[in-house]
Amino acid sequence: MPEKLVITGNFAAAYACKSANVDVVAAYPITPQSPVVEKISEFVESGEMPDTQFICVESEHSAMAACVGAAEAGARVFTASSANGLALMFELLCWCAGARLPAVVCIASRALGAPWTVWTDHQDAISMRDTGFMHQFCETNQEIYDSVLMAYRIAEDPRVFLPMFVTYDGYLLSHTMMPVQIEDPEKVRDFLPPLKTHVDVGELGETRSVSAVIPPDITVRPEGNTPGYMEYRYAMQKAHEYAIDVIEEVNREFKVKFGRSYGNGIYTSYKIEDADILIFGIGSVASQSRMAVDQLRSEGIKAGLISLKLFRPFPVKHLREIFTRVPLVVVFDRDVAYGYEGVLAYELKAALYPCQNRPIIRSYIVGLGGRNIPTDTLTKAVKRAIKEKDDSSVQLDPHTDFLDLDLDRLGLSIEDMQKEAQ
Amino acid sequence: MTPRNEQYERWIAQKILAARQTTTIGEAGKTGTWRTIRPVLIPEKCLVVKSGKPTCHKCWLYCPEATVSRSIPPVFDYDYCKGCGICATECPTEAIQMVPEKEAPSCAETIANAGGNADA
Repeated sequence: MPEKLVITGNFAAAYACKSANVDVVAAYPITPQSPVVEKISEFVESGEMPDTQFICVESEHSAMAACVGAAEAGARVFTASSANGLALMFELLCWCAGARLPAVVCIASRALGAPWTVWTDHQDAISMRDTGFMHQFCETNQEIYDSVLMAYRIAEDPRVFLPMFVTYDGYLLSHTMMPVQIEDPEKVRDFLPPLKTHVDVGELGETRSVSAVIPPDITVRPEGNTPGYMEYRYAMQKAHEYAIDVIEEVNREFKVKFGRSYGNGIYTSYKIEDADILIFGIGSVASQSRMAVDQLRSEGIKAGLISLKLFRPFPVKHLREIFTRVPLVVVFDRDVAYGYEGVLAYELKAALYPCQNRPIIRSYIVGLGGRNIPTDTLTKAVKRAIKEKDDSSVQLDPHTDFLDLDLDRLGLSIEDMQKEAQ
Repeated sequence: MTPRNEQYERWIAQKILAARQTTTIGEAGKTGTWRTIRPVLIPEKCLVVKSGKPTCHKCWLYCPEATVSRSIPPVFDYDYCKGCGICATECPTEAIQMVPEKEAPSCAETIANAGGNADA
């Protein structure tokens, strides 16, 4: 029987692992991800996850290395991390994707040090962009549970065979309790059958070499020519491109099976039917933007929201279809591609560039290092974007707008600057 | 340039999965020349030798380069052993000793066999 529990986002991830009957979990604790690992080790210890091997490791690097090894042997694997721990994992994340291992990795997102911090933003998750992982964001604890199950289905699909991140905001979801429906194990097994990998364990004892040194060009061998590095990477890129269909398919199937879905599996929308202005955001930023949409609408501004669920593969086609309907898009990024601008903003700009009816895109940086994002801040920013929409001096000025900076309170005024210059 | 055929692209992308190639021995050169210390078996201490059966063989199991044979006694392939010492560490009876290459008799011979490619 399915049961409804009031649990944190971290526990939702742990319960999803249990439901998915994961074979191997190797993880190292870091705030705010730690309770995921603690809960899973509790499950394993109490015998509630009898088929799961929990490997204690000395670092995140080792955690992912253990997962890669286990996945190479055909196991369904799980790990989770945050911020600097995730950064330490980087090498093996690239390895995992390159070796086409269908791992699922949860990220309880947190700002990266330095300066040292434990509060949330999306910098850690977004920085993992080019590892080759697919990447989903979540807005509720139920979505975390569901997304992990869906992530395994997507990752293990023979048309895909790529690992996937499931990211949720540290504290805002990781430590906040919400009701989560935990599904019947039988039903989950039906949706998510045991992993059939492309790995033939039997051949590992032969002279087969796993992820050996691959030269730049095709190697001529008596048993048949083998791909060069570039062919492998081409296949990985193609798998990403084709994964979008699979992701939509899995989202639809999940809805039939469990009665829940998240938009089209690519993004969720809020009041977009008659909208003139669309807000674009992910995770916690999107959640807060729902309030902003309501407030703007109460003032007569027809705003709507697109909350991006699928960050990688980047759903270019879907985004073009939706964003060419409006003249103005406001993007709120809880991350910065340092030296350029918010990542979502510039990726959306690039996606829409070839379109005839591309909108004006205004980008803002919000909530870095856990700074609160009040609804008022978002609505004011949208109104400013409306006002400056046709002002080419604003549009052409390459600068980033950081919202809610509090420089005044540092006690350093323009007068102080002028005094210092004298 | 061949015209874009999406069906073919999908098909071939799924044929090229993870890199699992049957590499030929010596494909990356004679990597044994990288070694500065070499494993030497002390047969009197080796469980495999003493029992005369393929019992322990931890050296074979743990060697990351597959340069230890699963034979009686275990034999090291010095052409490719890089001298990491994992076999010596894993050996439960300390039957493998790591000897500096300059003290080992066949060091010069190994490099000569590799075509003097000691820097590779």
